[in-house]
Amino acid sequence: MVNILIISHSLKIAEGTKELAEEMKQAEVDIQTAGGTNDGQLGTDTDLIEKKLKKMDCQDGIVVLADLGSAVMSFKMVKEWLPIEKQNMIKLANAPIVEGAVLAAVEASLGKNLEEVLAAIEKKSIINKNNL
Amino acid sequence: MANKTKELFLKTADVIIKNKEYLTELDAAIGDGDHGINLARGFKKLKGKLENDNFESRNELLKLTAMTLISNVGGASGPLYGTAFLNISKVISDTELNLADLIEIAEEAIAGIQKRGKAEAGEKTMLDTIIPAAESLKKSRDNKSDLESALNNCLEAAEIGMKNTIEMQATKGRASYLGERSIGHQDPGATSSFLMISTFIENYLK
Repeated sequence: MVNILIISHSLKIAEGTKELAEEMKQAEVDIQTAGGTNDGQLGTDTDLIEKKLKKMDCQDGIVVLADLGSAVMSFKMVKEWLPIEKQNMIKLANAPIVEGAVLAAVEASLGKNLEEVLAAIEKKSIINKNNL
Repeated sequence: MANKTKELFLKTADVIIKNKEYLTELDAAIGDGDHGINLARGFKKLKGKLENDNFESRNELLKLTAMTLISNVGGASGPLYGTAFLNISKVISDTELNLADLIEIAEEAIAGIQKRGKAEAGEKTMLDTIIPAAESLKKSRDNKSDLESALNNCLEAAEIGMKNTIEMQATKGRASYLGERSIGHQDPGATSSFLMISTFIENYLK
């Protein structure tokens, strides 16, 4: 199963997004979060991102949803520190964090592979609100 | 030599911590208002680590500095400055630094920041202080200036670079969300870079 990591500047956004995504999953998918700084402020905790990525099972891949600047920058840096086999199985999605995480939870729990999950959440229609 | 450099980093930490409010005010005008808070968090942690340690080499000191900033700053300036110091750690020797060494250090810092931030000169970032500073050092080398005047010119170029960010429009980072409204404010990253460079240079010239 593809697993999911949610990285946000805000602990509340990360945990709230996880809560929404958990609600939609059809089978067991590991959804982890890295929200806020190491002293509970808004920002990014590089060590926490590293810890989560090392701990998570990436055999079928990990989809990463990240919000703003340093969340993306810190993730990319941490990814470079991992063994190359692991790096290849971890993909940052070009998707909005909430919609991306919710749809990724559905797709991953339906047994889709890493490329399929990414393709689903990177579709432009994911952000369509007016023509639902 | 490494412990002299340690003193320099302790001084730099004090300067950053002292300017926490100022950097945060600059950032509040065009960003998320945390640059000073973030850097002070990282440099406070660094201070604690440096005070309790002795270093065999500058490489070791710079590596610890890089990793401490990366782990504790909490904003993009952590990976940006962290990667700059990590790059510098790979080239810095334990002998007295000459102008060629300083140019190499500046180029490594720029390469590290660009690797993470993908910014170029003129985008209202820390690079708008560091690139002019590096260019000034190269000009001094080409003019065969002595080290002292090279450093004085470098300090001046860094300050002009920092001030030039006032008129720039941000196209990178959170300030880019403000578009044209980012014009008219000095960039906080360019300012923290100037504070570091000026501490390094003033300490050397003293």
